[in-house]
Amino acid sequence: MSELIRLSAADLADKIHKREVSAVEVTQAHLDRIAEVDGAVHAFLHVNTEGALAAAAKVDERIAVGEVASPLAGVPLALKDVLTTVDEPTTVGSKILENWLPPYDATVTERLRAAGVVILGKTNMDEFAMGSSTENSAYGPTRNPWDLERIPGGSGGGSSASLAAFEAPLAIGTDTGGSIRQPGAVTGTVGVKPTYGTVSRYGLVAFSSSLDQAGPCARTVLDAALLHEVIAGYDPMDSTSINEPVRPVVEAARQGATGDLKGVRVGVVREFRGEGYQQGVIDCFDAAVQQLRDLGAEVVEVSCPHFEYALGAYYLIAPSEASSNLARFDAMRYGLRVSGEGELSAEQVMSLTREAGFGPEVKRRIILGTYALSAGYYDAYYGSAQKVRTLISRDFSSAFEQVDVLVAPTTPTTAFKIGERIDDPLAMYLNDLCTIPSNLAGNAALSVPSGLAAEDGLPTGLQVMAPALADERMYRVAAAYEVARDAAQGGPLINRVPELEAISR
Amino acid sequence: MPSISRDEVAHLARLARLAVTDDELDLFAGQLDAILNAVAQVSEVSQQDVPPTSHAVPLTNVFREDVVRPSLTQQQALSGAPAAEEGRFRVPRILGEEQ
Amino acid sequence: MTAVAEVMDYDEVLERFDPVLGLEVHVELNTNTKMFCGCANVFGGEPNTHVCPVCLGMPGALPAVNGKAVESAMRIGLALNCEIAQWCRFARKNYFYPDMPKNFQTSQYDEPIAFNGWLDVELDDGSIFRVEIERAHMEEDTGKSLHVGGATGRIHGADYSLLDYNRAGVPLIEIVTKPITGTGARAPEVARAYVAALRDLLRGLDVSDVRMDQGSLRCDANVSLMAKDATEFGTRTETKNVNSLRSVERAVRYEMTRHAAVLAGGGKIKQETRHFDESTATTSAGRTKETAEDYRYFPEPDLVPIAPSREWVEQLRVGLPQPPWVRRKQIQEEWGLTDLELRDLVNADALDLVAATVDAGAKPDDARSWWVSYLSQQAKILNKELAELPITPAQVARVSALVADGSLTNKLARAVVDGVLAGEGEPDEVVEKRGLKVVSDDSALTAAVDEALAAQPDVAEKIRSGKVAAAGAIVGAVMKATKGQADAKRVRELIIERCS
Repeated sequence: MSELIRLSAADLADKIHKREVSAVEVTQAHLDRIAEVDGAVHAFLHVNTEGALAAAAKVDERIAVGEVASPLAGVPLALKDVLTTVDEPTTVGSKILENWLPPYDATVTERLRAAGVVILGKTNMDEFAMGSSTENSAYGPTRNPWDLERIPGGSGGGSSASLAAFEAPLAIGTDTGGSIRQPGAVTGTVGVKPTYGTVSRYGLVAFSSSLDQAGPCARTVLDAALLHEVIAGYDPMDSTSINEPVRPVVEAARQGATGDLKGVRVGVVREFRGEGYQQGVIDCFDAAVQQLRDLGAEVVEVSCPHFEYALGAYYLIAPSEASSNLARFDAMRYGLRVSGEGELSAEQVMSLTREAGFGPEVKRRIILGTYALSAGYYDAYYGSAQKVRTLISRDFSSAFEQVDVLVAPTTPTTAFKIGERIDDPLAMYLNDLCTIPSNLAGNAALSVPSGLAAEDGLPTGLQVMAPALADERMYRVAAAYEVARDAAQGGPLINRVPELEAISR
Repeated sequence: MPSISRDEVAHLARLARLAVTDDELDLFAGQLDAILNAVAQVSEVSQQDVPPTSHAVPLTNVFREDVVRPSLTQQQALSGAPAAEEGRFRVPRILGEEQ
Repeated sequence: MTAVAEVMDYDEVLERFDPVLGLEVHVELNTNTKMFCGCANVFGGEPNTHVCPVCLGMPGALPAVNGKAVESAMRIGLALNCEIAQWCRFARKNYFYPDMPKNFQTSQYDEPIAFNGWLDVELDDGSIFRVEIERAHMEEDTGKSLHVGGATGRIHGADYSLLDYNRAGVPLIEIVTKPITGTGARAPEVARAYVAALRDLLRGLDVSDVRMDQGSLRCDANVSLMAKDATEFGTRTETKNVNSLRSVERAVRYEMTRHAAVLAGGGKIKQETRHFDESTATTSAGRTKETAEDYRYFPEPDLVPIAPSREWVEQLRVGLPQPPWVRRKQIQEEWGLTDLELRDLVNADALDLVAATVDAGAKPDDARSWWVSYLSQQAKILNKELAELPITPAQVARVSALVADGSLTNKLARAVVDGVLAGEGEPDEVVEKRGLKVVSDDSALTAAVDEALAAQPDVAEKIRSGKVAAAGAIVGAVMKATKGQADAKRVRELIIERCS
């Protein structure tokens, strides 16, 4: 096994740019690793071997002629299969888009390519990003490298697992209710949901438009920050894109790594503990808070009384928007069509195709959303949920008047076993309890590994939330905590992932 | 709060163009009912005098210049089509009215 | 195919019922690009060549609002005396249809950009009828389907359909009236006059091509009847896509007579959409849906609200062109028209065309005469609106100039116009190709004159003896010999010259 796959993105970039190693070698090392272990992990739905090597070779050529490389040029990345790519299929984990080759690149894809980031392939996910375990993928589940019997989180389980399995040093996720942060927490990796509107959604196959946000996934806070600065920025193709300069998150991560949090006010959200929270998760969280205090932060408890409504509001808003966003999958212009013409009408072919092409969770949410938007129910459901959003935003605002960042566990439990909650949607939805408020309010939030739960030895996550357009604050806190945690625990948590047996794809 | 019936699920499935099976009708009716009961607390706030938030970021007046950008080629446009003919998307017969 | 419905005599309808109208007009804007993407907004073109991920509703694509379209919508609202919203949003109207790529239409629902206005409409007798405007809102057009197979090429009985999305996403403004009451027998005329007035207004604003034949202006006519003693409106029907002014009038009239027959027979009107058949001037029922459509409107999350500043609104208001009726008064004075002449001009839908012809250099009387008489007749023969004739005001002005400088006689000029209408090119090209130039070569004419004089020696003698009036017969003969391409005045001069 090449040692290259253990390096951080920052270190890899450094070696590539100093020509100690070529981008092609780095890419090949990761392709080899994927070939070796992805049969067991199943993080990838598609691996673009030729495209990746060609992109890496181009970076090497540029470096050879002395062109200044962008900070992550030559570093490989795993792209969640929800962002369009012209050179690889985009399936969104669904049969309805099996083999669909988009005629355009997502803005995030374009930015990655422009920065010389090497896209290794597309990662597995819950179908249309609906789920918290990646079990809803039409192409089979992804397994958690910490324990192959367990889920890697979702919807971006492929992206988080690819990091924990050392198949890629960087990945892109999308977060609608926690789909970057929760997989990060349960795989011991870093996952960031930037402020809504700071990373373009153009080319991100929509689940819930007002909540979806793409973001960086990595094994270190600094790597996430480097990737954040590549993908963020104003895009006129996305009308909800904010026309402001990208926040200085790399600088903040570097500042945080010096280990000083004096003057930083940290708020512990009182509502995020109690029933349903695993003891090991609470213990890790309490230890993390103590570490923040030790770093000089001023820690206070704050209350966000309306957060209890967040889960309910989310499960009205997201399915409502999804029911409309997913209407376009109708067998007319692209994607699956299950039936020929014969006697069937367009309407019948639509219904049969959607029935066959969508999995149960997607159908369940489409029906739920159709219901919540129906005449007579709109006010009680969708309308009320939008009011809850206002109340949650107000909770955040008043909290951020008292503190700079808020902290909470990222998930109430560690990774559960594959199949354990699949028949119980409500139990599954509880995974997102702590992550959803930031989607509803649109502010920034990340998850950074916070040790292993004592009872099962599985990773837990510390969630750090910052006000909208103040993403750098959470990077600073997370980077400081990361250094302290590694020092206290004798090295990076990620190094404790068990060796994977080689099971080729 | 509402108890969602099998018939209601069937109606919603029709609206959403999903040819659901009988088994799914039963399954979804039960699950949707459970989910709706769980989210029912949300409607408690519907009485409150709170403005709804439809967009997480309070932007207004985002407009595009009226300048032509390149379109796809016909071939690109039709590249993913299940069926095409004469440069057009071929679809099964359409019931109903011309719009 | 369809059974002929019972209808009631029109006069009897009015003895027993009062009509109530509601008109919904869809206007395609003439912006450079579509409503939510940068694809060119042009009529026709090779199928699926003005499309992109956005207007094809591809996964991941997002809309971006065309600012010019918003401005046009506000100008239309202001011209219709509407209030302009302080804050409004787009909404999604959800329903499945193959010509609609996203299976929802991005439209405005309860927050239109313009509302509460009115339009004064001049009727044939010169009286003014005020139509109240409920709202004007922005939305997007659908693609076009071609139905293949089946007997008629229509949707019913087709084997399959072919879809072209070039039109999908073209900006539309829907203008909806409040219920129009109190028209009595004039309901069909009011409907027609309203659409005509709206069309003139929109043309003056230069926001749309307003071509009913091409679908850039489309009218849906809602009609209901109230019994004389009733206090509530009756059930309405909505007749779709009535695509000429004449059809608007006829569709309303037909629906009134049909409703009345149904109601008088003790029947009930079904609330439904109906289709107007141009050839029979009747309507037929569309498919009735088993359940009322539930569009599940909600605010479009991919677009942000529109909050026009009051400065912007005032700036647009100040920049509005004169309303057509003010302009008419001005033109009437400038051209010295009687009320009747002006009304003829307006009724013939010729005012703008004449004005444009005058702008292109023709004298008002000449321009007016061309459009109101000869071209109007041709339009009638071709069953087209005047504005749809394939001749431009500039071309008419050129023909008029050729007459004025003596190059063409009136008769030749009509032949030139016929040539332009037949697609033979610009007036000068037609003159060239058809050889229509006035024969002004004196030697050729002199030869023809001499020939004619020789053929009628008795007449020649009379002229020589001073009876100049007799020259007419010789002029006629020369004109005949030159196939009308001679200038009669010059011929007469030559005859007198040769006989003196």
